[in-house]
Amino acid sequence: MTATRAQTLTCTGLRVATTGGREVLHGVDYAVAPGEILALVGESGSGKTTAALAALGHFRTGLECTGGSIAFHGHTETHDDLLTLPAATLRGVRGRLVSYVPQDPALSLNPVLRIGTQVAEVLEAHAYDGDTAARVREVLGDVGLPTDEAFLRRYPHQLSGGQQQRVGIAAAFACRPDVVVLDEPTTGLDVTTQDLVLDTVRDLVTRSGTAALYITHDLAVVAGLADRVAVMQAGEVVETGTVEQVVDAPEHPYTRQLIAAAPDLHRAVEKDVVPTGDGAGAPLLRVSGAGKRYGAKTVLDGVDLELWPGECLMLLGESGSGKTTLARGLSGLLELDSGELSLNGEPLATPRTYAQLRSVQYVFQSPFASLNPRRTIASSLEVPLRHLTDLEPDARRARVLDMLGQVRLDSSFAARYPGALSGGERQRAAIARALVTAPDVLVCDEVTSALDVSVQAAILDLLAQVRRDLGTAMLFVTHNIALAREVADRIAVLQGGRIVEQGPVADMLADPQHAYTRELLEHTPSMRVAG
Amino acid sequence: MSAPAVPAGLLRRTFRRRQARIGAVLTLVIVLIALLGPVLGPLLTGYGLDDFAGRPFRDDGIAGTDNLGRDVLTRFFAGGGPVLLYALAATAIGIVGGAVAGMLAGYSRGRLDSLIMRGGDVLLSFPQLVLALLAVAVLGSSGWLLVLVIGITHIPRVARVARQATLAVASQDYVLAARMYGVPRRRILTTEVLPNITGPLMVELGLRLTYSIGYVASLSFLGLGVQPPAADWGLQINENRIALSVAPWGVLLPVVAIAVLTVGTNMITDALAKESADTTGEVA
Repeated sequence: MTATRAQTLTCTGLRVATTGGREVLHGVDYAVAPGEILALVGESGSGKTTAALAALGHFRTGLECTGGSIAFHGHTETHDDLLTLPAATLRGVRGRLVSYVPQDPALSLNPVLRIGTQVAEVLEAHAYDGDTAARVREVLGDVGLPTDEAFLRRYPHQLSGGQQQRVGIAAAFACRPDVVVLDEPTTGLDVTTQDLVLDTVRDLVTRSGTAALYITHDLAVVAGLADRVAVMQAGEVVETGTVEQVVDAPEHPYTRQLIAAAPDLHRAVEKDVVPTGDGAGAPLLRVSGAGKRYGAKTVLDGVDLELWPGECLMLLGESGSGKTTLARGLSGLLELDSGELSLNGEPLATPRTYAQLRSVQYVFQSPFASLNPRRTIASSLEVPLRHLTDLEPDARRARVLDMLGQVRLDSSFAARYPGALSGGERQRAAIARALVTAPDVLVCDEVTSALDVSVQAAILDLLAQVRRDLGTAMLFVTHNIALAREVADRIAVLQGGRIVEQGPVADMLADPQHAYTRELLEHTPSMRVAG
Repeated sequence: MSAPAVPAGLLRRTFRRRQARIGAVLTLVIVLIALLGPVLGPLLTGYGLDDFAGRPFRDDGIAGTDNLGRDVLTRFFAGGGPVLLYALAATAIGIVGGAVAGMLAGYSRGRLDSLIMRGGDVLLSFPQLVLALLAVAVLGSSGWLLVLVIGITHIPRVARVARQATLAVASQDYVLAARMYGVPRRRILTTEVLPNITGPLMVELGLRLTYSIGYVASLSFLGLGVQPPAADWGLQINENRIALSVAPWGVLLPVVAIAVLTVGTNMITDALAKESADTTGEVA
């Protein structure tokens, strides 16, 4: 891609501030050419979404533009500055010349509108002159969805997550816009689905000559997709360049940090070898024949699993594979229908004794839901101590502060509420709460999937340190095989409620036996730039 | 973000809002009138509660005379106490009872939920005022009976709101976590659920207080609450309404007072609801 070509969208010196006067964007510049994908990369709070939404002339409530301009040169129309257009003209621009694909397709599609109607709505809003029904079919075909009448008459909840997102993309491309803004469109999706959606985007952009702005926090996704990358940090673009330059020879320290944080299957990781398998004595936690049904649906179907002392077992599976059900069953959060659980050779009773509750602890996926917003951090951490141990109040407080230190939160966090903490800090607090009773087994359920890549790296680092210092065995539940080398000693792959393959990390990555494992490995984005 | 000391409590933060302060001033004015009125009234106006100040509906004195020729202002000062006391007591019964019933129903689900909510539906099928009339007709007129009837009829209404709010909170991971730690149900409800549903409960508190004031005044107006010759705002409105165009103060004074009280309390509870929706613990 050459920079000399006429740019479709040129943003210069964009400044945005809160109505309270705090500046969030300090003069952001970016430009996108036709047929080009520019990735805006940064962590949450870096202003990447604000900068990209400005291309639609939109600022979220509480934000206002204080300077800069966005010039637009499309196939049919030219606007010198989108930011100064009157509201009525701007409405005509949105969806027709510049369109938007939101992050969560489940939230952005109207649940009571049929798919056909939903896509046609954009065309009708902009008085499409032509056969609306035909265009709807055409654009759905473009994103690789069926175009028959039965599909058009479906409701969003009858579609899978990947299909929903492709409907969102179809609606965005329906009016043949010159610019498309994609706001982390693959965040909630499985790797295989993510790959499919990314291919769709790449294909559409190239074919229609659309300029695309792709917002993401994950450099690995960008490496295979984008032409150029703009790295944002704290409201400024710190580095811009072609994807090869940025990924292979990053100049700014922040970019290097982001690249180092991205999990990579091909990077060698040094870590202590923990004896696992039959050589390590008796298994700490053993499950045999675990089964769980919800009505007619079988979620777990005879799962056998062993966790050895001190090891980290990665339980890998896509959404719906039953991995959360299994993890919760092991932690005593829900009752399994069948199967036997034993801890240290003793069967786990239902309900569990306090000692058993204490020795298996569970960390929830989302730190935004797992801490009571009305409790201070210290008070949340004290709950397990108060109910599962006999410690005196003074000893409990000392233990809480000690634990906060272990997860690298200083004592000032003790009196704060979760609302005043960032996602990473909250997850640290949640991990501290799980560790406060000194458990033998820590079950981590997708603990990093709600977090940015850079924060994820810090959390993984923390977990590794906890294992080193405390020797806690860990069951790491995830959908992301890319984390394997950094986290796990062994991998167990769960598909449709059954363990289809398990073994040591190195063997599994080098020579996967099951087709499903191979498929997951194949679709995992890597930092290597696509050829 | 400044270095955080312990964040201020909910009430403290609420009264940093201007809305809450104005509400507090309005409420305080009426409460003071109701509390001090019976003592100060006769001193200010020079007439006792049952003294005849002149002929009926004349503008003798500051606010004129009522239907029996008694001084309106004196009786206004003396008539706030019962309304206020009864309304507060009825609201307290309704909110406490409703919150407990609603949280139990929403958290336990299953049979207990059905039992509580369907039982509430039976009560809901009677208009509140009719039920109060019925109770007074059967058991005779007494202030505390009114409080009880109004309070109990509030319960299913508050319980609905509390149950709905509880449902949303009960499925959160932090409640699940508390269960995992073996926290007993009573403690989960008071420490994990209750603090997170204060927003809707506060809105309900304001609403129920308003209704209570209205019902107590209405029942007195209908002659079923406070009995003459006692001084009472509701009663006063009823006694003087026939002469609204001739001697308006007899009706206007209690009406304005009730209105100001309602607006004031609602401003406070509104601010409280907004503040409890903000979970950062920072100054808004």
